[in-house]
Amino acid sequence: MTVKVRYFAWVRERVGKPEEDIELPTDVKTVAELMTWLAGRGEEYAYAFGNPQVIRAAIDRAHVRPQSPLKGACEIAFFPPMTGG
Amino acid sequence: MIASLTVRLQREPFDAAAEAAKLRGRGDVGAVVTFTGICRGDEAGEPIAALMLEHYPGMAEAEIERHVAEAMVRWPLKGVTVIHRHGRIAPGEDIVLVVTASSHREAAFGAAEFLIDYLKTRAPFWKQVEKASGKVWIEAKKFDEVAAARWRAPGRKTAE
Repeated sequence: MTVKVRYFAWVRERVGKPEEDIELPTDVKTVAELMTWLAGRGEEYAYAFGNPQVIRAAIDRAHVRPQSPLKGACEIAFFPPMTGG
Repeated sequence: MIASLTVRLQREPFDAAAEAAKLRGRGDVGAVVTFTGICRGDEAGEPIAALMLEHYPGMAEAEIERHVAEAMVRWPLKGVTVIHRHGRIAPGEDIVLVVTASSHREAAFGAAEFLIDYLKTRAPFWKQVEKASGKVWIEAKKFDEVAAARWRAPGRKTAE
C-alpha cells in the first residue's frame, strides 16, 4: 500500500522535506508502528521521530491516536502539538 | 432565519469590526461576542520581529468547521465567523478572529470561548517566532490543554 506522508513544523524541518510517497511494509499496521519504522530510515528521521510521544498524527485530515490502524489511509501527517489561535 | 456561518483561512489581515457588523442587523440577534487574538511583541521576555504561522491546508478548514458545527449543536447560535491567518504576522497585527451571535449573551460567550479553546489545541497551526537569536517554534502550553479539556463532558467520546 502506497501512502502520502506529510510533515509539518519542526517534524518537517528535521525530516528535510514536506511530504513523500511511501510504500508501507506489510508489518507496519498502526500510526505508532509507522513512526518506529520511519525513525529507522536514517539520521534525519531518527532525529524527527526519536521521541514519538510528542508527535501528533492525522489520517486523511482527521486527528488519530498512535494505536490507530493505517488500513485504508491515503494521507498520513505527522506534526508537533498545535499552537494556533 | 438560517444561521450565518463563515470559516476562512487567509494570509491577508482582516477587519474585525466589519466582520462582527455582518452578524448584526438581523432581528433575532441580541448578543455578539468578538474575540481577536493579536501578535504580541515579545515571547518569553525576548522581543520578536514577527510570527510565522504554518498550517495544514485542507485539514485546518475541516477541523475548524467540525468545531463550529459542534458549537451550533451545543448553543442556540444565529451566526459564527472564524478567520485564522497564516504566513508572516508582525507584532500588533491580528492573528485570529472568532465572532459568535445569538439571541442572548450566555450562548454567544460560551460558544466563543469553546471555539478559541479548541482552535488552540486542535486546529493544525504551528507558530514560529523570529527573534534576534534565531527562529524558534513555540511550544504548546499546558494551560491551553486544560482550557480545552473543560469542554469535554465526562464520558463523552472525542477523536483523540
